[in-house]
Amino acid sequence: MKKYTNTGSKDTRSGFGAGLTELGQKNENVVALCADLIGSLKMDDFKKNHPERFFQIGIAEANMIGIAAGLTIGGKIPFTGTFANFSTGRVYDQIRQSVAYSEKNVKICASHAGLTLGEDGATHQILEDIGLMKMLPGMTVINTCDYNQTKAATLAIADYNGPVYLRFGRPVVPNFMPADEPFVIGKAIVLNEGTDVTIVATGHLVWEALEAAEALEAKGISAEVINIHTIKPLDEEAILKSVAKTGCIVTAEEHNFLGGLGESVSRVLALNNPLPQEFVAVNDTFGESGTPEELMEKYGLNAKSIIEKAEKVISRK
Amino acid sequence: MKPTTQQLTDFTTQVRRDILRMVHAVNSGHPGGSLGCAEFLVALYQSVMERKEGFEMDGKDEDIFFLSNGHISPVFYSVLARSGYFPVSELATFRKINTRLQGHPTTHDHLPGVRMASGSLGQGLSVAIGAAQAKKLNKDNKFVFALLGDGELQEGQNWEAIMYASAKKVDNLIAAIDLNGKQIDGSTDEVLPMGSLKAKFEAFGWNVLEVKEGNNLEAIIAGLNEAKSLSGKEKPTVILLYTEMGNGVDFMMHTHAWHGKAPNNEQLENALAQNPETLGDY
Repeated sequence: MKKYTNTGSKDTRSGFGAGLTELGQKNENVVALCADLIGSLKMDDFKKNHPERFFQIGIAEANMIGIAAGLTIGGKIPFTGTFANFSTGRVYDQIRQSVAYSEKNVKICASHAGLTLGEDGATHQILEDIGLMKMLPGMTVINTCDYNQTKAATLAIADYNGPVYLRFGRPVVPNFMPADEPFVIGKAIVLNEGTDVTIVATGHLVWEALEAAEALEAKGISAEVINIHTIKPLDEEAILKSVAKTGCIVTAEEHNFLGGLGESVSRVLALNNPLPQEFVAVNDTFGESGTPEELMEKYGLNAKSIIEKAEKVISRK
Repeated sequence: MKPTTQQLTDFTTQVRRDILRMVHAVNSGHPGGSLGCAEFLVALYQSVMERKEGFEMDGKDEDIFFLSNGHISPVFYSVLARSGYFPVSELATFRKINTRLQGHPTTHDHLPGVRMASGSLGQGLSVAIGAAQAKKLNKDNKFVFALLGDGELQEGQNWEAIMYASAKKVDNLIAAIDLNGKQIDGSTDEVLPMGSLKAKFEAFGWNVLEVKEGNNLEAIIAGLNEAKSLSGKEKPTVILLYTEMGNGVDFMMHTHAWHGKAPNNEQLENALAQNPETLGDY
């Protein structure tokens, strides 16, 4: 199988910060808003370089979403930054009415998504945000897998006219996507070709999927791995092309199985090619405190789980 | 040239007729608050705002307005149509299937004059602040106006916005509060007393103007012009507009009963008789 190398572990949020810094220099219409989490979102450089284009809102996320929507009317491209929980659940109606229904060009950038936020516990570990955002008509939903992809996505969404939810995280994870890999919204990336099972993974689970594929290969199982950074619009063609070959699929995400990537994939299969599917996702529960590794192990979101689900789904063919 | 007070009065009377006929036709909508704000919106669009011909979403180099209490859409639509944003005949489609004149205003159907969806309360002031800050970035010295309901101030997001606007010196923003003292379930004092809004806004660092005769065109224009004169001095300005819900229709005044209820045939006839046609019905 094709080997992906970790070129040096980094956090995905730093990829967002680096992308935003670059956008600050490249696009004078880009403005950034933050609700008292500049350091956590890695927005320091943008603030330092472009103080006039940076808006510290304070701990008032609803107001931040509204202000961002208003800024678009004057032709600005606002990037809002806070934790995923406060970027979505806390401000759902503001996003619904002032951004999505109003069709405003706001980029909602959310860090600390999922269990890997770690010790802060369930109040901050949102596992429902992909579902919340993908249900909004016109909303693009992106969940990136590493530093390089997060940076590339940050740059790409500035060139796209429409509301976007960009989800990334806190932990330091392998950085393996090529830095020059173009980011095309809605276009899945096949990382490894295989014939026995398709593994469709998003976010931090993509690296785990690669590790799982390597272990499966050692067992004589050929796994196709797809990095599906865009959950909406979903690259249905890539999924259908892959399952036509493998005949079964495992979806992997750091999210509740309800409302996540897995359900979106199920719909594609149900409508086009009903085939066995297994879910690597959180089983409709809240998270808790712990290290990211402990949590991912306890809630079954790692390479080990993907291997188990792959073997199970193959047995159901 | 600015219209005369008589011209504005005639305009307002026609707007009242539009409101009544629109809500009657679909037996739904919000006539009370719409009638209470007719003079304000007429004064704003016909006398105070510096507007460009046509409609561009970005509103660059012109004054722009946001309606936060979107349920008073009938008055907004009537004033927009009669100010030339879209054909007056389209008022007949209000709240009907496939209309651009949705129950609450939206940009979704590209109705000229509307820059933001509103209806879910409490969101308009934040949006207006964003638009005002964009104007500053664009070196655009025109104003952003916003209208909010008084009951709407019970929504917490407003107070985030009120705190922010003064802290960040958003001094090209003029907000008006439709102070009719009424909301769906009764008077604001019965539902949730808000105390002195003047003291609250002052404590939050705003210029506060009071227009005690909020249904008097000349008083409104004077208040808006005074608000404009206070701009550029590092403080946002709020106008507390003391209005009468249902103004201009005797049986709709002094009660919250017509907040969200349409008149029947007989009531419509009575209400229209009190507001004879001036500019021509749609």
